[in-house]
Amino acid sequence: MNDMRLSERDVDMTDVKIAARGVQVFYGDNHAIKDVDVNIVDKTVTAFIGPSGCGKSTFLRCINRMNDTIPIARVEGEILIDAEDIYDRRVDPVQLRAKVGMVFQKPNPFPKSIYDNVAYGPKIHGLAKDKADLDAIVEDSLRKAALWDEVKDRLDAAGTGLSGGQQQRLCIARAVATSPEILLMDEPCSALDPIATDQVENLIHDLRRNFSVVIVTHSMSQASRVSQKTAYFHLGELVEYDDTAEIFTNPKDERTENYITGRIG
Amino acid sequence: MTDATAPAPGARSRVGQGSLLRQDTRTIKRNAAENRFRIYGLTAICIGILMLVFLLTSILSNGLSSFRQTTIQVPVTLVADRLDPEGNRDPAEMARVTTFGYAPLLRDALVGTIADAGIETELDAGDIADIVSDESVAQLRNFVLANPDLLGQTMPVEVLASGRIDGFFKGRVTYATAELDQNISPEQLRLAEALKAEGLLATGFNFDFFTAPDASVTRPEAAGLGVAILGSLYMMLVVLALALPIGVAASIYLEEFAPQNRFTDLVEVNISNLAAVPSIVFGILGLAVFINFAGLPQSAPIVGGLVLTLMTLPTIIIATRAALKAVPPSIRDAALGVGASKMQTVFHHVLPLAMPGILTGTIIGLAQALGETAPLLLIGMVAFVREYPDAPWEGGLFDPATALPVQIYNFTQRSDPAFVERASGAIIVLLLFLFLMNLAAILLRRRFERRW
Repeated sequence: MNDMRLSERDVDMTDVKIAARGVQVFYGDNHAIKDVDVNIVDKTVTAFIGPSGCGKSTFLRCINRMNDTIPIARVEGEILIDAEDIYDRRVDPVQLRAKVGMVFQKPNPFPKSIYDNVAYGPKIHGLAKDKADLDAIVEDSLRKAALWDEVKDRLDAAGTGLSGGQQQRLCIARAVATSPEILLMDEPCSALDPIATDQVENLIHDLRRNFSVVIVTHSMSQASRVSQKTAYFHLGELVEYDDTAEIFTNPKDERTENYITGRIG
Repeated sequence: MTDATAPAPGARSRVGQGSLLRQDTRTIKRNAAENRFRIYGLTAICIGILMLVFLLTSILSNGLSSFRQTTIQVPVTLVADRLDPEGNRDPAEMARVTTFGYAPLLRDALVGTIADAGIETELDAGDIADIVSDESVAQLRNFVLANPDLLGQTMPVEVLASGRIDGFFKGRVTYATAELDQNISPEQLRLAEALKAEGLLATGFNFDFFTAPDASVTRPEAAGLGVAILGSLYMMLVVLALALPIGVAASIYLEEFAPQNRFTDLVEVNISNLAAVPSIVFGILGLAVFINFAGLPQSAPIVGGLVLTLMTLPTIIIATRAALKAVPPSIRDAALGVGASKMQTVFHHVLPLAMPGILTGTIIGLAQALGETAPLLLIGMVAFVREYPDAPWEGGLFDPATALPVQIYNFTQRSDPAFVERASGAIIVLLLFLFLMNLAAILLRRRFERRW
């Protein structure tokens, strides 16, 4: 049945933004990701769920090659973004990361002003022609991150002085400032309270219009709220990948069912 | 049926079975042990403070007097035909007249002054002249050679009193010790007191101590730290210019870029070991490499600076790496995540955050280098240097100089008790510099930390 679905999906390849083919990740001798194939569709929110240590964050970090910074990590297989293999030797990860933005688990604004936080990416990539242009990018990004109204009067204040939820939205603004096509979010709400979480989730809904969003989450309710597609990872394997509604109401695999009904994980 | 008061089978004994108002034996023992430990710690600190107080008192009581100096006002007539026999006012010609030509002038002036003041003394002219430092004659000669036009006039000159007279007004020399001393007699001391009463002899602040070069063993009153301070300053410049960039570059490479392999492990272990190498070993290395092999001059601040750079590098590298390590990895992730290159990440984000730690490490390294003596002994900086080195841009780094700690060592080698005062004074100056550097480290750290 899974094979049927895969072949079905291959039909509408036009919409596929990220395609992983036989991805294996090793941390030293530890085989962290085992043979993952997945097609992530453009302009959707895709959630990766699964118990701790199942490899969902590892796989997410493969998509913008953040695993390159870990000396013992080794990636095999191929990940295609717009049909280009990002692990090709000719690909510079720096260029890739401008195209694939990332938001981390803990809000990690730079210890600089709010303005500088958002302006940093456009500056180093040379996206702004002049100061006015940069101002426009900063305002646009902060608006996209639903933070503009709260900080427009204090753009010179330190980014680290904001509340946790504001900091995380600042990080989202920083990530969208370089106009990426894909936004990776690694448990973006795990350090936030319910109100801030709600704000970020609403934001993810809006972001979908412009970006393909891939979000790793521990909260199944969050996955069901924000995503259209859900992938369930278990011990490094991609167990099931389908429409979110389908996964939560009619899981095909016993392991998925156990997880979403709370029997494991 | 189980008895309610009997402990249930398998129940463990509990803490505080009795009243909470009474301590059980275990608690009493524990508290006693804690109290004992506190007393040990307090004793250790008290011993430390006591030693420090003792050290400071001894240095200050011996050394503070070196910041004051006794001088005598004498109007000296610069007799033209004795100082310039050729009569052409050419300093090159006049330089043929040695200090022996000047000594009678000063002696006559002194005898005349004493007679004018109406002071009665049984001393002959030679003994009267001995209350003035030998250095004064040389100072007078240098003054005349620099201003040949003043010949023939009578100039009020302020000359240094001899070391014994200076010591008398600082309480080091008394009439009792003068009886036993062949360099000074009680009669000379009485003369000095009389001069002071006339206002011709005064003890004032000793600027020359900070600017004058070292003086010979018999002229402690003229010995100063000028050359030593300049030499130390030059060496610190060399150390700062070399050790900071090399150390920071090496640390950044090792911490952020280097692959983790056996080679980098070896480098790391060796850096840690280098920090513990006795400094005299660096002196031998400097002697072999910089002087014997590279042919750099002896006693030069450049060689001292290079040796101290080698010695300071491990300290700076270790401090810098610790500071870089302390920057949270989330900052690196954030920068890489928006597409900064490795170098941009380091220079835009990691380095500014690590800067306070790096600066602190550097200044502590510099302070360590400033007080270092052993390696300098081996590269000839222990020499007796009276000439000031030129400015650094005029090649002064290659001129002979001494350094503060070496100067202290030099002073302590000399027999005249007046050098005890000079050595202690030099120690105070050195400590003051160290204190200022540490203060700078603290202020810089505060300043940088407040930015975020």
